[in-house]
Amino acid sequence: MNLTLKVWRQKGANVKGALETYQVKANEHMSFLEMLDVLNEDLISQGKEPVAFAHDCREGICGTCNLVIDGRPHGPQQGTTVCQLHMRAFKDGQTIVVEPWRAAAFPIIKDLVVDRSSFDAIIQAGGFISVNTGQAQDGNAIPIEKDTASLAFDAATCIGCGACVAACPNGSAMLFTSAKVSHLALMPQGKVEHEKRVQKMVAQMDLEGFGNCSNTGACEVECPKEISISNIARLNRSYVGSVLSSD
Amino acid sequence: MSLTGLFLILFLVIHLIGNLQLLIDDGGRTFNEYAYLMTNNPLIKVISYGNYFFILLHAFQGILLWRQNASAKGQKYAVSTSNNASWASKNMGPLGLIILAFIVLHMWQFWYQMKFGGLPTATYDGLEVKNLYGPVSEAFSQLPFVIFYVVCMAFIALHLSHGFQSAFQSLGLNHKKYTPAIKFLGTAYSILVPLGFAIIPVFFFLFR
Amino acid sequence: MINLDAKVPEGPLEDKWTNYRSKMNLVAPNNKRRLEVIVVGTGLAGAAAAATMGELGYNVKCFTFHDSPRRAHSIAAQGGINAAKNYQNDGDSVYRLFYDTIKGGDYRSREANVHRLAEVSRNIIDQAVAQGVPFAREYGGLLANRSFGGVQVSRTFYARGQTGQQLLIGAYQSLSRQISLGNVQMYNRHEMLDLVKIDGKARGIIARNLLTGKLERFAAHCVVLATGGYGNVFYLSTNAMNSNVTAAWRAVKKGALMANPCYTQIHPTCIPQSGEYQSKLTLMSESLRNDGRVWVPKKKEDAVAIQEGKKKGVDIAEGDRDYYLERRYPAFGNLVPRDVASRAAKVECDKGHGIVSTGKGVFLDFASAIQRYGKSAAHTQGINNPSATKIVELGEAVIKEKYGNLFQMYEKISGENPYKNPMKIYPAVHYTMGGVWVDYNLETNVPGLFALGEANFSDHGANRLGASALMQGLADGYFVIPYTVGPFLSGEIRTEKISTDAPEFAAAEKNTQDQIDKLMNVKGKQSVESFHRRLGKIMWEYCGMARNEEGLKKARKMIRELRAEFWSDVFVPGSKDEFNPELEKAGRVADFLEMGEVMILDALDREESCGGHFREEHKSEEGEAKRNDADYTYVAAWEWDENEPKVHKEHLVFENVELKTRSYK
Repeated sequence: MNLTLKVWRQKGANVKGALETYQVKANEHMSFLEMLDVLNEDLISQGKEPVAFAHDCREGICGTCNLVIDGRPHGPQQGTTVCQLHMRAFKDGQTIVVEPWRAAAFPIIKDLVVDRSSFDAIIQAGGFISVNTGQAQDGNAIPIEKDTASLAFDAATCIGCGACVAACPNGSAMLFTSAKVSHLALMPQGKVEHEKRVQKMVAQMDLEGFGNCSNTGACEVECPKEISISNIARLNRSYVGSVLSSD
Repeated sequence: MSLTGLFLILFLVIHLIGNLQLLIDDGGRTFNEYAYLMTNNPLIKVISYGNYFFILLHAFQGILLWRQNASAKGQKYAVSTSNNASWASKNMGPLGLIILAFIVLHMWQFWYQMKFGGLPTATYDGLEVKNLYGPVSEAFSQLPFVIFYVVCMAFIALHLSHGFQSAFQSLGLNHKKYTPAIKFLGTAYSILVPLGFAIIPVFFFLFR
Repeated sequence: MINLDAKVPEGPLEDKWTNYRSKMNLVAPNNKRRLEVIVVGTGLAGAAAAATMGELGYNVKCFTFHDSPRRAHSIAAQGGINAAKNYQNDGDSVYRLFYDTIKGGDYRSREANVHRLAEVSRNIIDQAVAQGVPFAREYGGLLANRSFGGVQVSRTFYARGQTGQQLLIGAYQSLSRQISLGNVQMYNRHEMLDLVKIDGKARGIIARNLLTGKLERFAAHCVVLATGGYGNVFYLSTNAMNSNVTAAWRAVKKGALMANPCYTQIHPTCIPQSGEYQSKLTLMSESLRNDGRVWVPKKKEDAVAIQEGKKKGVDIAEGDRDYYLERRYPAFGNLVPRDVASRAAKVECDKGHGIVSTGKGVFLDFASAIQRYGKSAAHTQGINNPSATKIVELGEAVIKEKYGNLFQMYEKISGENPYKNPMKIYPAVHYTMGGVWVDYNLETNVPGLFALGEANFSDHGANRLGASALMQGLADGYFVIPYTVGPFLSGEIRTEKISTDAPEFAAAEKNTQDQIDKLMNVKGKQSVESFHRRLGKIMWEYCGMARNEEGLKKARKMIRELRAEFWSDVFVPGSKDEFNPELEKAGRVADFLEMGEVMILDALDREESCGGHFREEHKSEEGEAKRNDADYTYVAAWEWDENEPKVHKEHLVFENVELKTRSYK
């Protein structure tokens, strides 16, 4: 299949970028990133600089890849990361626009690569259970209801890719933050420091320059792991509760 | 945002019930008596000042949010999509501003006249009240005003279609069982209430 | 000859670790605060080590080339983690886990290390639960288990098909906590490019800041490598695109030894390659072999018809299918260890019975399991005489509950529905048992340099059992290195803070800078990727699932030629002073081109077949691997030399298990 790509090229953080047009020959069994590999090989053979894009595991779990394809984070397919998106989702002759995540808290490093260390900062603010190695009791000491563990798991599947922020018209990181808050709040081990955690993580999220949630639900639609915005409601509930009950 | 929004949602229902009295065919008596009550009862006075305050607070919060979010958003995408969220939910700010402008105009047109304007009076059973019915029926006999009001109601409907259920989500009231019901109620509310308001000018224009 | 002293403690096997731990030299808390530790890598082993040593009070500097510690490739592990908990009451024990691991590794691992691993396996589960890892649970609220290949008990703990992700997030969270407490200084997007030795001891690293391209010096009292395996030598593997051997290899070039490099694990259940453009292979978890049956058509003409797309798997009658694992290995059936399953698939495909267009693929079929589960579910739900469609519907629901995300992943990649058509699978490079040589303390032959997880060679012998990589990574990071770093660091309490102004740092930095300049200045015609692809082909062809002397010798020559060509014709675009992924890749491929040669030399040296290393000259009449215990019960540790790498040997002593021919029949 023959494709026209319009790809965002930007030399560095403080340089102006623009969309550039390329022609690529692909086949429908390729993944989207393999199609970009082909483009890059082509550019290199012409002595040009290849397109920088972030990728690693290429099996949808590491959360590194981050492309906005025709305005949609991770492309048109539901519940799929770019690396799992295959070219059979596109038509021969199609023009595809490829852009990086866009959010103030995710500054561009080069081309399609952005800096997501703001996510690490949110986790460092409280996205953990304070337990040292060696302090644990037997794994079966506290039974956890199967459905509760499963609900916690649904939230814990977050891969930290940032598609939620990229999709949000407000550049908000509420889905990311609430997924971690929910995961830990639902496990009995995480309940102990739950309220403090919520307050710290929300404060850090604001500090990093993320926007506020206005419940558009775009994050939930674009999340490659289909994490629900009911997690955001859970965070809101806890946040209101923790603010009201704190001294 | 959500608390003030919910209060205003409640207010709209009361406001609609009052306004629907305009449709009673008694030359405006019921409506004028209601308008008198609304401006003179001390309890209602307190509530109405609260209401003004909430409208302003809601607008103020909204503008603040809008500004914060605009700076968090980063550069615009070359391709924009509405595949992932409703148009209304992504445009609550602009919708809100339009509605605020409408409220200002609306209050100047009727509320200001009632409070401070030199309206002619009508007397029912010895009680002298301002005849608000007069300017209302006067305004709604003009087509531009009717269109203006109906269009503004459409904006309010859009604003509510997201705002209603969003308020519950913001308060953390989300549940597998109840959220679908809230969403249904929100949709019904955001259609019926603005529709109820919109009927009045149309009715006046056609039948009075 | 370097004397490779494993420093295994005295005493009976089951008491070694306890006694050693109780008597080893410790570092007092006030001294810990003064001691600095560098940890390179943030996978299970690295993140766990950095977090735990931070908790203990050491000053830790932790490095990853990723944008965040959470991206390490441990995250992609699917199936599960073993632990000798015996929660299922099925006869499991520490000894049995130890024995299974030794046997699974074809008697090429160190007894004492493996026993320690089995002992601490239980603590790992407790620790992970305490961190909030949402393991699968039964309705009663207790932890669930499943079975993996090569064992007859159910000891694998899991979190759907994302166990690695959940465990890594747990370790990442612990690490994040230590970062926020200031005990760990985190350096993202920093790639270690050289080891700095002062007076023979590891005292720091040279790392490239990948954003600015600047080389930076970092000093510490000791250096811990947790940088993963070298599977990407093969270009196509289930490893992440950026997984590489560079950190470990640069340490080898500074005197550490690469042990057993020829032991690579070829995982039997991966999605077959679909074309030349392919950049990586995707694993389908071993847990699928719990319920999936592996087969190829009995008749060659059926296979050809499927290859040409004229027939589908479902068109082949039951009697015309060859469930070759069940036929050859009735005792373990589809759950034979990975090396055995992979070789068996290769045998069938080499005979021409493969079922994809390239001829390299076999079926993994869930139809029987769907029937079995469907009938059982109908019975549970009280449905008498269920219809055939109802049985399939109920059965598919059970399969979906167990493996839903894996089936979904398969469908996304292949475009086929695995509930209706059997999956197509083929072996692919997955894990490397070889790695940097370490003693019982996980310390290399360079004092103060430690290696953990997949980066070291220690616990899996010639073949790793399923769900044991997560176990080893976390064991090393949480429960071994925090203790075993003690004997070294307790001797360093009088050592002042190491200065990066030392001449050794300057020399190492210059050395690294020279190599980068050299790469940039070749200015040839061919891309880094194309060299990597060619290297991979050589390695897979001659040093893959089956090796022979002739092929290996040929391959060595080819690699040396390819290396020369690389250094005279590679093209690295961009500049060295910026974010430049091509330059990063070039450095890594340069190292793979050397690592590959050592792998081949090791495969040549080892005149026997064991585990993942199968020499065609050494097999039984039935085609099974034939070990040579008399001559090869040793660890081959390689010292790098541009012209002729040298091998050093650590003889393995087995005092507790009897060396037997591994049989899964």
